[in-house]
Amino acid sequence: MGMSISQKILSAKSRQDSVSPGDIVLADVDLAFANDITAPISIDFVKKLGVDVFDKGKVALIPDHFTPNKDISSANQCKIMRDFVRDGDLPNYWESGEVGIEHALLPEQGYIKPGMLIVGADSHTCTHGALGAFATGMGSTDVGFAFATGKSWFKVPESIKFVYTGRRNKWVGGKDLILYTIGKIGVAGALYKSMEFAGDTIKELPMEDRLTMCNMAIEAGGKNGIIEPDEITFEYLKERGVGEGDYTAYKSDPDAYYSKIIEIDVEDIEPQVAFPHLPENAKGLSEIKEDIKIDQAFIGSCTNGRIGDLRIAASVLKNNKVAKYVRLIIIPATVDVYKQALKEGLFDIFMEAGAVISTPTCGPCLGGYMGILADGEVGISTSNRNFVGRMGSKSSALYLSSPAVAAASAVAGKIISPDEVVK
Amino acid sequence: MKFKGKAWVYGDNVDTDVIIPARYLNTSDEAELAKHCMEDIDENFIKKIKPGDMIVAGYNFGSGSSREHAPIAIKASGISCVIAKSFARIFYRNSFNMGLPIFESVEAAEDIKDTDEIEIDADSGIIKNLTTNKEYKSTPIPEFMQELIASNGLFGYAKKLLDK
Ligand code: SF4
Repeated sequence: MGMSISQKILSAKSRQDSVSPGDIVLADVDLAFANDITAPISIDFVKKLGVDVFDKGKVALIPDHFTPNKDISSANQCKIMRDFVRDGDLPNYWESGEVGIEHALLPEQGYIKPGMLIVGADSHTCTHGALGAFATGMGSTDVGFAFATGKSWFKVPESIKFVYTGRRNKWVGGKDLILYTIGKIGVAGALYKSMEFAGDTIKELPMEDRLTMCNMAIEAGGKNGIIEPDEITFEYLKERGVGEGDYTAYKSDPDAYYSKIIEIDVEDIEPQVAFPHLPENAKGLSEIKEDIKIDQAFIGSCTNGRIGDLRIAASVLKNNKVAKYVRLIIIPATVDVYKQALKEGLFDIFMEAGAVISTPTCGPCLGGYMGILADGEVGISTSNRNFVGRMGSKSSALYLSSPAVAAASAVAGKIISPDEVVK
Repeated sequence: MKFKGKAWVYGDNVDTDVIIPARYLNTSDEAELAKHCMEDIDENFIKKIKPGDMIVAGYNFGSGSSREHAPIAIKASGISCVIAKSFARIFYRNSFNMGLPIFESVEAAEDIKDTDEIEIDADSGIIKNLTTNKEYKSTPIPEFMQELIASNGLFGYAKKLLDK
């Protein structure tokens, strides 16, 4: 029996001819990273061992969650990180002013390549599978182990193949495809499994949308999300100075084993909104009969804070104003996205509409700062989780959507289709 | 490797919040964490258990947050291992990393009663109920993870690996 792309990467990195689901392998990692919340414990692990990191070029430290530091303890966490980087003279570190959200920054800067094995002390590390890498989130100790030894242990997952066919409807992007998928299989629908996204629709899906889809694999319990590299991948890499000789593009064998193959007709999918308090509570816009008034809309995060997301938001916000008493918070995910948006005049549109724009950070996505919801408030967000209290008060409610729907909802003051506000 | 002790039985979905409540997460001191192990599900837990005893539970043991304090607290309390119908993914991983042996067996978890005497052979995965004279098979612990446990977790394993 053949192997899936995930199996192929795990077998190559553990120097075996083949691996089967359930096997446990100790494999060489190509990139290990942590953020300002998770890094201190990983750093402690390395320090206690009394060693240096295994390879300076294969370790990245990204202070993105609470930066610029929101309070004293977050400043102290960042300082642990910065001191470690300075002492070890580690190249892959970004200070405020250069930093972006890890899962947006690393692919954008050409750090992620097909065939890589990547571990990150952050659950959304699965994002990077969009480039045909095997990437999964772990605890700080696991990543500390990888920092020190260059290795990590894996239980080889079974794969589920999701085959998308058909043309995407208007306003439907990667976010809608993945929310729809999670709605179909549930938040534990891919527990322990590799989610492989395939089909004609995916072959034509822009890289940014692919990143959005793989980002949310964890929201279905998945160990990783992955897409076979193709022309779109190679083009994306070329733009970042990564040539074809720099990586191995694996593909699943035609006779690879899948525990399930799920076929999805994309023509059935309209823009999605996930209701509180789970990403699986996805509904199409036309299924929403009630008026859902909102207090805040957030456009950003590692799910939807890229330039394409901001362009779509701008196309909806152009010549529109944010509704009275509604806050619209826009956070470009990286400095490059920020600069590009500024250059294209998107900031003018946002500010004309009455939005506030922040420097790149995770911000309100995890209820950290920069837009916390008050008791009983309702928010709509382009991020990936709407658990109880995720964006602030335990009694607040959070809806998830694409940037287009979030922007339209900010204008209408309630959850609405972009078609209703685009003039 | 063999484990022997009394079973303490709990239900499904024992989450990391009851294993070690968030109010105690301001420390990572093992002894301190152990004092509060399972406190929110069983007040007397730490008083009644003896070194070597086991936790037996239902499905999805260790669900919830990724806090590594949960397996640490269990291990430091003196519990030798956990038997459950299934484990949540990150807890599963963290347990081996922290050197806490865990065994998956629906049969055993269904059958074992509170305070039964249990013996487990980690190599074969055979669970013996000495009180009832019954035997159950657990999913065997893969060789690699046995090594992790023998090294006292990921830290010890890292040391070995780096010494090679
Ligand atoms: S943007 Fe949100 S989900 Fe993404 S890394 Fe930051 S906190 Fe996590």
